[in-house]
Amino acid sequence: MSDAGDLDLNTLNDEELTQQVHDDLYDGLKEEVEAAVHILLGRGWTPYKVLTEALVEGMRIVGIDFRDGILFVPEVLLAANSMKAGMLILKPLLAETGAPRVGKMVIGTVKGDIHDIGKNLVGMMMEGAGFEVIDLGINNPVENYLAAIEEHQPDILGMSALLTTTMPYMKVVIDTLKEKGVRDDYVVLVGGAPLNEEFAKAIGADSYCRDAAVAVETAKSYMARKHNQLNA
Amino acid sequence: MSRIAFPELLKARPWLLADGATGTNYFMMGLTSGDAPEMWNFDHPERVRDLHKRFIAAGADIILTNSFGGNRYRLKLHDLQDRVADVNIAAAKNARAEADAVDRPVIVAGSVGPTGEIFQPVGAFSHADGVAAFEEQAHALKQGGADVIWIETMSGKEELEAAVEGASKCGLPIVTTMSFDTNGCTMMGITPAKFGEMATHLAVIPAAIGANCGTGAAELIATVLGITEARPDAVVVAKGNCGIPQYQDGHIHYSGTPELMADYARIAIDSGARIIGGCCGTSPDHLAAMRVALEAHTKGARPQIAEVEARLGTVSDLAKGNAPKPRDRDRDRRR
Repeated sequence: MSDAGDLDLNTLNDEELTQQVHDDLYDGLKEEVEAAVHILLGRGWTPYKVLTEALVEGMRIVGIDFRDGILFVPEVLLAANSMKAGMLILKPLLAETGAPRVGKMVIGTVKGDIHDIGKNLVGMMMEGAGFEVIDLGINNPVENYLAAIEEHQPDILGMSALLTTTMPYMKVVIDTLKEKGVRDDYVVLVGGAPLNEEFAKAIGADSYCRDAAVAVETAKSYMARKHNQLNA
Repeated sequence: MSRIAFPELLKARPWLLADGATGTNYFMMGLTSGDAPEMWNFDHPERVRDLHKRFIAAGADIILTNSFGGNRYRLKLHDLQDRVADVNIAAAKNARAEADAVDRPVIVAGSVGPTGEIFQPVGAFSHADGVAAFEEQAHALKQGGADVIWIETMSGKEELEAAVEGASKCGLPIVTTMSFDTNGCTMMGITPAKFGEMATHLAVIPAAIGANCGTGAAELIATVLGITEARPDAVVVAKGNCGIPQYQDGHIHYSGTPELMADYARIAIDSGARIIGGCCGTSPDHLAAMRVALEAHTKGARPQIAEVEARLGTVSDLAKGNAPKPRDRDRDRRR
């Protein structure tokens, strides 16, 4: 905020400032997002309200335009970095205030596959949507997935593969979950360049996610269903 | 056969046939997923040479070395980062041996793929580190006998610039292709037309530019049309996948038949490409069908997208050039 012509965020009312955060996330302006988060907290907003109405909503818009081919990976990475900066301020406060949890995801690229850009993007967008994300990295044998879901008890298990030669390994993981009788305890989402809907169905995943934005929307809809079931 | 320089061969011929897939064919030959295909240059040179040999027998004028992941950052994932020179020299030698074994000119193209790093300003990876890595790989490919450095599957402007700058230091001609796999653009948002324009501002002017991989033969032709429209002066490469990957009985199978790839080769010529080849899923059988098709083909009119779709399959809306409108935002609130 060094330029003389800069807007003073303090002069905006709550609604304008929220809009401004959405715009600043869209443009990947990290410092502006941080400043706005501090201002909103200073005005007495709960950390959860700042998270959902300012950050998550802003990232939702970024996700829509990524899905529609208006934004691409570079813009989304910059937006996600700005989101992360805002989250860093909110995280300890959210824990203190016992804010509701959006959901938890364990994600990793499958065994034999060392590609991670798409998987990282999904992780960032999921964090952007307020999910807690445990990232197992690349080249994960089924044991890694089992250990992680045991330890973290996620709602969602995400698997990624970029190679046509590694994507069949997703079925190995799902079959192992079935053998252990825990398959239905988790929503299994799969993604990666060579995958498609039919493949996801054939291996017994819950959904195929074409890109990071779709992954977020899909995860949210499963969480909403889960929430409704619990409250039914 | 004595070696002929790549630009000379280009001048002498109306079109050149590049080879097909490397990785997907190696998997048919016993490569296990997760292993570095580049290690086959030492561990199974007879298999590497066998695939080159079969592509040459199918009619390839250009064969790509088994060095796609041969930069230090990709090799690091297999703890081979200190063997960049070995890997690339061996890869070029394997291809050179088969190219020199036939009595017609076959160009050895030193394959160079992305680092997998995200470059500044979006990521943390510096231009200088990129240039150094690509220079290291290109030098070794030249030392092993490559005729041209073939930079492929690029997605970002910054990495493309670093790759061409680094590779240019070895002095060989450069071919560079990008992968347009996301809504008609590269993953990083570059359109075919933008790539065509960018390619005039690189450290050296590439001998050829084009598209490889992506999402199927039809979509690749759409991107080739975009490049040739923006750069009618350029030598353009079409190296598309053999249809779409499908999952059948536990295995991945590419949907493209030799007939489809033959028609793809003809449409590529009509679309203005001069170097035609295949990417993932393209076997020597597919390539042989493409050679026969090209030999018999007389360049026809530039195809409309509807014709491409009718012959090769659907093209996404965005690849047809129907770009979505940018978000209408009220920018008065700031600055």
